[in-house]
Amino acid sequence: MAPFIRLNALTKRFGDVLAVDDLTLDIEKGELFCLLGASGCGKSTLLRMLAGFEQPSAGRIEIDGQNMAGVAPADRPVNIMFQNYALFPHMNVAGNIGYGLRRAGMRGQSLNGRIEALLKLVRLQGYEDRKPNQLSGGQRQRVALARALARQPKLLLLDEPLAALDKKLREDTQFELVDIQETLGTTFMVVTHDQEEAMTLAGRIGIMDKGRLVQVASPRHLYERPANIFVADFLGMISFVEGLITKAGKGSIEIDSVPPITAAIDTQNRKQSKLAVGDKVTLAIRPEKISLSATATGKINEIPVVVEDLAYLGVASNYRVKAANGQMFKLQQQQSRRTTQPLTWEEAGFIQFDPSDVIILEG
Amino acid sequence: MPQRHSILAKLAGSTGRRLVVLGPLLWLAVFFMLPLLETLQVSFSVAQRSIPPYAPLWGFDEGGFFTNFTLDNYGLLARYWQDYIGPAFNSIRLAFFSTLVCLLFAYPMAWWIARSTPKWRVFLLVMVMLPFWTSSLLRIYALIGLLNPNGFINGMLMWLGVIEAPIRMMQTDFSIYMGMVLTYLPLMILPLYAVMVRLDDDLIEAATDLGASGVQIFWTVIFPLTLPGVIAGCLLVFIPAVGEFVIPALLGGPDQLMMGKVLWTEFFRNRDWPVAAAIAMLLLAILTVPIIYARYQDGRVDDKHEKETGAR
Repeated sequence: MAPFIRLNALTKRFGDVLAVDDLTLDIEKGELFCLLGASGCGKSTLLRMLAGFEQPSAGRIEIDGQNMAGVAPADRPVNIMFQNYALFPHMNVAGNIGYGLRRAGMRGQSLNGRIEALLKLVRLQGYEDRKPNQLSGGQRQRVALARALARQPKLLLLDEPLAALDKKLREDTQFELVDIQETLGTTFMVVTHDQEEAMTLAGRIGIMDKGRLVQVASPRHLYERPANIFVADFLGMISFVEGLITKAGKGSIEIDSVPPITAAIDTQNRKQSKLAVGDKVTLAIRPEKISLSATATGKINEIPVVVEDLAYLGVASNYRVKAANGQMFKLQQQQSRRTTQPLTWEEAGFIQFDPSDVIILEG
Repeated sequence: MPQRHSILAKLAGSTGRRLVVLGPLLWLAVFFMLPLLETLQVSFSVAQRSIPPYAPLWGFDEGGFFTNFTLDNYGLLARYWQDYIGPAFNSIRLAFFSTLVCLLFAYPMAWWIARSTPKWRVFLLVMVMLPFWTSSLLRIYALIGLLNPNGFINGMLMWLGVIEAPIRMMQTDFSIYMGMVLTYLPLMILPLYAVMVRLDDDLIEAATDLGASGVQIFWTVIFPLTLPGVIAGCLLVFIPAVGEFVIPALLGGPDQLMMGKVLWTEFFRNRDWPVAAAIAMLLLAILTVPIIYARYQDGRVDDKHEKETGAR
């Protein structure tokens, strides 16, 4: 069976600029997909092409088996929740939510019933007579969601859905969004530059850079098995060590840094299995996988370091430490795991990490 | 209206700010309120041969306090209302249709300017305002030069052989409206532009996305949100247009008497200042009541539109 939404070799050119470059992507029905990328990576252009506001320069968009070429925005089974919500300021909540329904010819009792049901879905009953400027940011966001869902789109596009909310509200709202998505089973496509937003919302994330999809995978997979340096660096903190392979085989490699670092090979990964002595690789280690202690333990991958920088976060502390050869490592220490007095600025110690926690990336 | 609140908030703000506002307020009080009160006072006075040509409304002499207060001037207007209703009607009709034509021309122009790139916007706005920087009298004489029987347009058309005899354009409704629209168009364009340039493009896209057609977007989103500009522009054009004296005098025929001309006659020809003042005050009252009503409606315009869109 063909996937529900299929983007095939989609390209958009603005003059000489390639905003979206030969992008191919399948999205399943009922999926909460997230397109993640820095501003200017082409994700907004992609969103506008899906909504019908921009025409692709090449390639095609299919939704539920229907080719979208030449279909006007109003006739697409797609609705957008705009980044700033774009609520009509001169209409009340009911007027906003019912706008699309009225355009579809719905009137009277059935219209009111539908608006009532949508208000219930986003938990805004009793607010139908309020104007957008009489609502809080979170309430406006929910009105925008209800309005976009009113016409029962096959695909709902959400442009930075949480960006306008303050941090506390975002946490509640993101779970609520996921709840609503699961209740309705509508396919959601979230576009965002905020990795935290993407990680918490999405079942699958596509990372975009310069108009291309760099990697499409689940949040966990992206974080723990990034496909390349861009993805590894884009999602969360990470430390990179470059080097040439000095030993290879038996499920692990060793590189020529000082002291040498051993990394376990993912035997499922064909590329990694083929790595040989002399190949250039970049190793990456997540900060929470590195432990820091004042005394040596004699374990594998233990490196003497000096604390360069330290940030106290409450639950944890972020460290930046420097090895003898000038190599920097970022690491995070949970407060509860520390038994002795924690190291502070300029103090010497040892970091250690497990070979299986080292991510091997291409040269 | 948010602007009104912010002005009030500033007035109630720090002393420094209050002082800044005080200057213009004083200026308005001296040069706007005082003449208005003076006019009101004259309208209750009696005409006499003197300088100024009216008796003081009140004062003190040997007999103590005296007053010349009279309602005769208004009584005169009431008695001979048929003489005044015609010019009043002519003036209001002229102002009304001038405002309407200005609105119909200005709305698409303002929209076009507001949707241009910022660089073009400045240029186009300057082009709109450019005529304002020349004397309006000069512009009207230029228009006469164009519209005269032996003027540029007739000369051109006859030379091209389109017509054999000159078309009569001067001293018609056409010439008056040409003059009115040319003079007042910028006053309509600017407030419309001001609201249109602030209109969020996302709202139009949102309406498109929700299935609205172009016509529906205009009537449900664009028009209601630009209505404050429409009201402001109409007031800015209508109010001075009612009292317009120069344009009908220069471009219009002798058959249509306008209120401005009547005022002029009472004031300068008859030297009856009290009656002229009474006419002015009455005209002011007639104009102010609908405007205050319009301003009052302005604040509630949103609610009204919601009901309208709800019924649609």
